[in-house]
Amino acid sequence: MEVGNEQVGNIDLINGPIVHVNGFKAPRIRDLCLIGTFNIPGEIIRLQKKNGSTLAIIQAFEDTNGVHLGDEARCLGYPLSMELGPGLLGSIIDGIQRPLDRYFEHSGGFLTRGLAFPALDRKKYWEFKPIRKKGDMVEPGKILGTVQENSSIVHKIITPVGIKGAIDEIAGNQPLLVTDTACTVRGTDGAKVDLQLFQRWPITLPRPIKSRLLPSIPLISGVRLIDSLFPITKGGCATIPGGFGTGKTVLQHQFAKYCDADIIVYIGCGERGNEMSDILNQFPALEDPRGNPLMDRTILIGNTSNMPVSAREASIFSGITMAEYFRDQGYHVALMADSTSRWAEALREISGRLEELPAEGGYPAYLGKKLASFYERAGYVEILGNPGIRSSISVIGAVSPPGGDFSDPVVQATKRFIKAFWALDPKLAYARQYPAINWIQSYSLYDDDVKEWWMEQDRTWGRYHTLMLKILHEDHELEDLVKLLGADALPIQKQLTIFVADLIKRTFLLQNAFDDTDAYCPPVKQAKMLKMYIKYYKRATELLDSGAPLFKIKELEILPEMARARKDIPNEKPDQIDDIIQKMNAEMNMIRKEMS
Amino acid sequence: MVLISRGIEQIEGQLVFIGSIPRVKYNELVLITAPDGREMMGRCVLLSDETIIIEAFNTTDGLDLENTTVEFSGDVYRVPLSDDMINRSFDGVGTPVDGGPNIIPESWKDVNGLSINPFAREYPRDLIETGISSMDTLTSLVCGQKLPIFSGQGLPHDGLASRIVKHAHIYQRDAEERFLIIFAGMGIKYDTSIYFKNNFERTESDVISFINLANDPTIERLLTPRIALTAAEYFAFEKDFQVLVIMTDMTNYCEALREISASKDEIPSRKGYPGYMYSDLASIYERAGRIKGHEGTITQIPILTMPNDDINNPVPDLTGYITEGQIVLSRDLYGKDISPPIDILSSLSRLMKDSIKGTTRDDHADLMSQLYTSYSKALDVRSLQAIVGDEGLTPLDKKYLRFVSEFEEHFLTQPMEIRRSLVESLDLAWEILAILPKSELVRVKSRHIKAYYPKPEVS
Repeated sequence: MEVGNEQVGNIDLINGPIVHVNGFKAPRIRDLCLIGTFNIPGEIIRLQKKNGSTLAIIQAFEDTNGVHLGDEARCLGYPLSMELGPGLLGSIIDGIQRPLDRYFEHSGGFLTRGLAFPALDRKKYWEFKPIRKKGDMVEPGKILGTVQENSSIVHKIITPVGIKGAIDEIAGNQPLLVTDTACTVRGTDGAKVDLQLFQRWPITLPRPIKSRLLPSIPLISGVRLIDSLFPITKGGCATIPGGFGTGKTVLQHQFAKYCDADIIVYIGCGERGNEMSDILNQFPALEDPRGNPLMDRTILIGNTSNMPVSAREASIFSGITMAEYFRDQGYHVALMADSTSRWAEALREISGRLEELPAEGGYPAYLGKKLASFYERAGYVEILGNPGIRSSISVIGAVSPPGGDFSDPVVQATKRFIKAFWALDPKLAYARQYPAINWIQSYSLYDDDVKEWWMEQDRTWGRYHTLMLKILHEDHELEDLVKLLGADALPIQKQLTIFVADLIKRTFLLQNAFDDTDAYCPPVKQAKMLKMYIKYYKRATELLDSGAPLFKIKELEILPEMARARKDIPNEKPDQIDDIIQKMNAEMNMIRKEMS
Repeated sequence: MVLISRGIEQIEGQLVFIGSIPRVKYNELVLITAPDGREMMGRCVLLSDETIIIEAFNTTDGLDLENTTVEFSGDVYRVPLSDDMINRSFDGVGTPVDGGPNIIPESWKDVNGLSINPFAREYPRDLIETGISSMDTLTSLVCGQKLPIFSGQGLPHDGLASRIVKHAHIYQRDAEERFLIIFAGMGIKYDTSIYFKNNFERTESDVISFINLANDPTIERLLTPRIALTAAEYFAFEKDFQVLVIMTDMTNYCEALREISASKDEIPSRKGYPGYMYSDLASIYERAGRIKGHEGTITQIPILTMPNDDINNPVPDLTGYITEGQIVLSRDLYGKDISPPIDILSSLSRLMKDSIKGTTRDDHADLMSQLYTSYSKALDVRSLQAIVGDEGLTPLDKKYLRFVSEFEEHFLTQPMEIRRSLVESLDLAWEILAILPKSELVRVKSRHIKAYYPKPEVS
C-alpha cells in the first residue's frame, strides 16, 4: 500500500467536482488520483468500459475551476489513507488530513489548490523508547515502543495489522523521524519488514479489534441534563438534532472540553469557520478535567462549509480512522461530528452529479448504509495484541434538520444507529433555557448500563434518576391544563409536582456553559444535587399528605440556597450540598412540629 | 491564444451547447455574440469530449444555431479592482453605471474567491456599537461577523440596515478606522436602491454599490454578491479597511439560484431549491471574517425577506445554519408600533459571548440572560391573561404584565434619531427590570443586584 502502481490518463469530462478520466491501466475503486496541472486530489468512485478503454469517474476534493479538458491525471494506485503516528495530537487538518497550519505558513490566509503537505511533520524528531527487544515475537496491536508525544499523552507505537513474526532489530532510546525505521520484523515466512514510526490506513476500512464488549461506564460530560438524565457510555453513540441557534455546537464544545475521554477527535464538517477558530483560540488556554492542556489530547478536523464538498464527505471517515488508531493504543476516544447533516448533503450533492436515483429528500438510497458504516465503528472493545486492555470510541453526531423538523431523513436514519437522543428544542432556546435539550423527547437507552457506576457515587441514584424523569413527565402532562385553568385549580399534590419541576428546570437542568463554576458539574456534585431536589420532593409529599399547607413548603428559607447551588457551591466541595439537605430537613421537621 | 467557435448545437433556456473543443478550461469565461451583434458573457459549466455546456449571463433571445459565435477568453471570470472604486456605483456584474470612467485595475481577482483557511481565521472580538438598545444589549454585532436580518415584505428592514450604517462604530475605540460600506443589491426595486443611496450619502463613510435591479437578468444575481465580496476582500485584506457588506435581498438571490438550477434539469430539493444551496450560500457568507496578520475585517449584514413570514423556509433556514446568529423582525411588534420591531426571543448573536466578556460592563452577560428569561415568562403570563382574565392573575403575574409593556414601549421602541450608548441601554434595562421583585432575578449575581438594581427613592 505504501507505494502504489502509478498510472496516467486524460481528462474526458468535467462537471463540478466530477471528473472523468480515460486511459488508466488498472484503476481500482477508491484509488487516489491527482488531476490536471493543479494536482487536485480526488478518488475514483466508479469504473466503466468505454470504447474499449477504462473510464474512471473521480470525485475531486478541490474546486476544478480552470482545469483543462484533455489534461493529464495520475492514479496513485492506493486508496485515500490516513497517516497514523506521532504528531497527530494538537494538529488541525482538513477532511483529507492536510495540515492547515502548514498551509497557512506557506500560502497565507486563503487555501490555494493542489498543495501537498504530508499530515505528519517529516522533519520533527521524536524520542523513541523501545519496549520490546530483539527476538521478541510480535503480532498486530503489540506495542513496540513509545514516544512521549506531549506532556500528557504517551503515543504507543503499535505493530501494524498484517505483521507477525520475530523482531530482528529495534531502535534503542533515540530520536527518530516518523519516516525512520523503528523496528525490523522477520515474518513467519522469513521475509524482513521495516516498520516506521508511522503507518497508513485506508479511511473506509474499520481497523480490526479482538472483541466487542457491552458498554458499562458513562462518558461524563459535566452537563447535568446529559449525565444525570440521558447518559451516554464510553463506546456509545449519541446524536444531537436541532435547528439553528438551539446550541448544538456549544454542546459539542462542552463535550470536547470537559468529557473524561483520553483523546478527542473533533470534526467540524461543513460548519462555520469561526467555530473552528473559536476552538483554536480557547483550547490551548484550557485544561481538561485532569489538569492537562486541552489541545494536547485533541485532533481537529476543519472542513468548513465553504471548503470543497467531497472532502467534507471524507472527513468523518478520516476522523474515525484516527480515533480507531488511538483506541488501538488503549485510549478512550470521544469523537464529535458537527454536523452529519452537512456530510449527508455532500453525499447528496455527489449522488446528484452522478445522476443516481434519489430517495427521500433527494438523499441517495444508501444514506442509511453510509451512516451505519460510520456509527458502527464506535464501541467498547478489547483491542488486538494486548489481552485484557479495554478501550472505546464514543461518537456524538450533531444533525441539523431543515426547519428543525425531526422527520428529516438524516435524523430518522441516524436514530437507527444511536442509543442516546438529545433533542434540542427551539422553544427552550428562545427562553435561553440552555442546554436546550427537550427532556420529554430525548431518551437514552444506556441508563441501565451506567446505573451500577452511578450507584457507586451515590446509592440513591438509580431510584432518584427515575423519579426525576417521572416528575418532569408529569409536569409536562399538566402543562396544557395549567395553561387553561391556572395552577391553583389543580389538586395540591399536582401543584407540588409543578413547583418542583419548575425548580428543577430553573436550577438543575439549566446550565451556563460560559460560567466558570457552572460550565462543568462533576458527577459527585450532580448526584448530590439530584438527591437534594428529590429529597425535597419526597419530604414535601409526606408533609402534604399529613395536611401541611403548600405555601409553607414553597417558602422554605433554604430554597434560594438550593436554587443557587449550581453556581455557589464550589465544584471541589460538593459536601456543602449535604449541609443544605440537612437544613432543608430541619425546616421540614419544624413544619411537621408546628402542625402537631 | 483566443479560441472562437462558430455555430451552436442546442439552446435550452440559459444553456448553450456547442461541440467540444480541446484545451477549454472548466468555468472559463466566454463571450457569446448573437447574429445581430449583441454580446453577452457566459461560462463553461460542463466540459466533455463531445459537448461543452455554456451558461449565458443574459437572455438567450435572438441567438441562432448557425451564426452565433462563442469566443473563449482563456481564463475564469475575474473582476478589476482598484482604489478608484470607492464612492462609485456599478451594476450587478461590475460595470460602472454612474457615468464615470472605467476602473483602471490594480489587480484582477477571480469572483469565486478562495476559501479562508480556518486556521488563519482570527476570532471576531471587536464589538460594534449600533446605538440600538435591543441589539447592543441582547444581540450585538461584532467586527467580522455575518449577522443577517430576517424580515418579511412590508417590514422596515431597509430602515434598520441604514440605521446601523449611520450609527455603527467600534466600541471603545478612539482611533480613526478606515470604514467602507459595500452595498450589494440583488433583484431590488429601483426605489430601494435610491433609498439606500440617499441614506448612505448622509453618513460619512465611503460607499461602493453593486446593484442588480429587479428587471436585470436573473443570472447576474448570482454574480453580484460574489463581485461585491471580491471587492470587500480586496479592501479588507489588501487595503486594511473595516468593510461592512450589506446584501439585499438574499431571497431574490436564492430564487435566481433555483431558476438556473431548474433550467439545468437538476434534481430539486426542498421547495424546488437545489440540494447544493447550503454550500452555495456558505460560499458567500463564509467570506466574512478576520484573518491573522490583517488589520481589515469583513462584516456582513445580509437582508432576506422570509416568504410568507416562514422562518422554516429554506432561504432563512439554510442562512441561519451558516450565519452567526440572526436578527428577526416581527410583524406583530411592528403592528403594535414598536420600532425597530426586533423579536428578541428568536434573535441571536453567536459571537457576542466572547466579545462582551471583559470588555463591556460586568453585568452585561447575566443581565442579558435575565432579560430573556423575564421577557419570555412575561409573554407566558400575557397569554394566560388572555384566557383567565385579570382576576385569575396573582400579584406577581401583574408585575410581569407591567414589566412586559414597559419593556416593549420603552426599551424595544427607540425612535430613529435616538442613539443610546451601551451603558445607557444597560441602565434602562435595570430600571425596567426593577418592576420585578429581586427574588425573581435568579440569573444575575447578587453583587449585580447590589450595584445596579435601582434603589427606591426615599421620600
